[in-house]
Amino acid sequence: MEATIISPENLVYDKPRLMTDVPMHYCPGCSHGVIHKLIAEVIEEMGMEEKTIGVAPVGCAVFAYNYIDIDWQEAAHGRAPALATAIKRLNPDKMVFTYQGDGDLAAIGTAETIHACNRGENIVIVFVNNAIYGMTGGQMAPTTLIDMPTATCPQGRNVELNGYPLKISDLLAQLDGTCLVTRQSVHTAAAVRKAKRMLQKAFENSMARKGTSIVEFVSTCASGWKMTPDQSNKWMTENMFAKYPLGDLKNI
Amino acid sequence: MAEEVKFMKGNEAIAHAAIRYGADGYFGYPITPQSEIMETLMDERPWETTGMVVLQAESEVAAINMVYGGAACGKRVMTSSSSPGISLKQEGISYMAGAELPALIVNVSRGGPGLGTIQPSQADYFQTVKGGGHGDYRLITLAPNSVQEMADHVALGFDLAFKYNNPAMILTDGVIGQMMEKVVLPPQRPRKTEEEIRREQPWATLGKTKDRKRNIITSLELDPSIMEENNIRFQAKYRRIEENEVLYEETLCEDAEYLIVAFGSQARISQKVVEMAREEGIKVGLFRPITLWPFPKKQLFEYSKKIKGILTVELNAGQMVEDVRLAVECRIPVEYYGRLGGIVPTPDEVLVELKKLVK
Repeated sequence: MEATIISPENLVYDKPRLMTDVPMHYCPGCSHGVIHKLIAEVIEEMGMEEKTIGVAPVGCAVFAYNYIDIDWQEAAHGRAPALATAIKRLNPDKMVFTYQGDGDLAAIGTAETIHACNRGENIVIVFVNNAIYGMTGGQMAPTTLIDMPTATCPQGRNVELNGYPLKISDLLAQLDGTCLVTRQSVHTAAAVRKAKRMLQKAFENSMARKGTSIVEFVSTCASGWKMTPDQSNKWMTENMFAKYPLGDLKNI
Repeated sequence: MAEEVKFMKGNEAIAHAAIRYGADGYFGYPITPQSEIMETLMDERPWETTGMVVLQAESEVAAINMVYGGAACGKRVMTSSSSPGISLKQEGISYMAGAELPALIVNVSRGGPGLGTIQPSQADYFQTVKGGGHGDYRLITLAPNSVQEMADHVALGFDLAFKYNNPAMILTDGVIGQMMEKVVLPPQRPRKTEEEIRREQPWATLGKTKDRKRNIITSLELDPSIMEENNIRFQAKYRRIEENEVLYEETLCEDAEYLIVAFGSQARISQKVVEMAREEGIKVGLFRPITLWPFPKKQLFEYSKKIKGILTVELNAGQMVEDVRLAVECRIPVEYYGRLGGIVPTPDEVLVELKKLVK
């Protein structure tokens, strides 16, 4: 019976070939898994798996290299764009991307992010913004919303003490070196399909030497937010999208 | 480019030697007294000839992480800086030691601590040979004493780094970096092709081909039992380096009753001291460690059986003297003389100190 169901003519969906069979460490309801899958699909569909080098961050996606079957480098916290700069400059025919969270990209790695983008490095930066430090247990991120509680601002983010949520993608869109800055999400089937199109555009830009492309994913962190996956998606839609509206900030 | 004899600064020699070695990339950030290295590279425009990438980074932190990215592709990549900038690079150096990546780092050191001075110093000895960054690791450390060795140590540093998959450092100072001397530059070597790198550095992240598993360059391992194995492997490698790669130079040591032990610029000054002392009938020789790590421990221990005492001459408050005392197991007196904060001693001053040991 089973064999009939998965015969080629009946196959409507399959796990991307580049996704490994390793069980993922991500929590239920986390956006990382879907974003990983989209990256694997795009690389595979572009036929670039032998030419792609990924740079993993420090944070929840530190083990991204376990899940997508390509060559990877693991960067120090925040330094992924510096690694990617050298990889791409030394190997112009390769497709190079970083995968970074909000703390990695917009706090400790702000200088590396801004300057790689400002040089117009021909790389893709995948930016997962869930407004919290997931890996270390839910501390405040540069993108944490005002009044949003975290382990290091348990009474909620206080502007006087902690400043404002950093809209780093808006800032990056101002730089002459970027060609695509887009904010996407993966909470609905439609959003997933749209996000994949933008991800592919970003990778194509990098090979066409158009400059730096940034795909921000406004994401959930059910564990860090202390919500169910369903609540997380709802909360993200109501609160995160208000501060980080989806759509293209720059697309040239 | 064929072999050429030139007259130039030590910093310039490093730049020319890097191009001629067939280096793939240089990533740096300006800081005195070593800015001529990147300036010379930019002036030479090797990207038009050998294809070498030269990039000015936004910080020393970014530069060393660019080196990490390039090294993880199996490329011959390097950076240079001076003391405060080298402090910033310690993160990347530790990560490269942990990921077992070969690269060349040049420290044209200056007086510290802090912003300190731009004048010469050897006060980064401890930082370089004892760790610097976090974790149990060692950095292959070369100490050139001439413009010629500045050039030669580029090739030597890269060769050792790639032999052991470990970062290597040229530890020099503003004296050697800024002084001009005759130098024989080696003929141009071709850069490695991607095919050569894939063959010689099978771990390199150059894209996963169908004939191998994916390559992952990382220093991360959360399983402590595997992390301990990794560390044991690192330590075994360091022991091999200590067994096989010690370099030193002996001048008039054969009949010596006393030794001056000095490296880099201070070995040049001490050479004059030895001449002056010999004229006065003091049987002194100069022992110059060329590798500061691995340190020539065994050689100094052998000397301790036949000489009466050692004077170390250092541009710091007495750092290498600790390694010399350990090497000779305190069997003989080991004294130190040095100047601090960017002051370089004259041979006369050192001779006075030597005589105190001899009397």
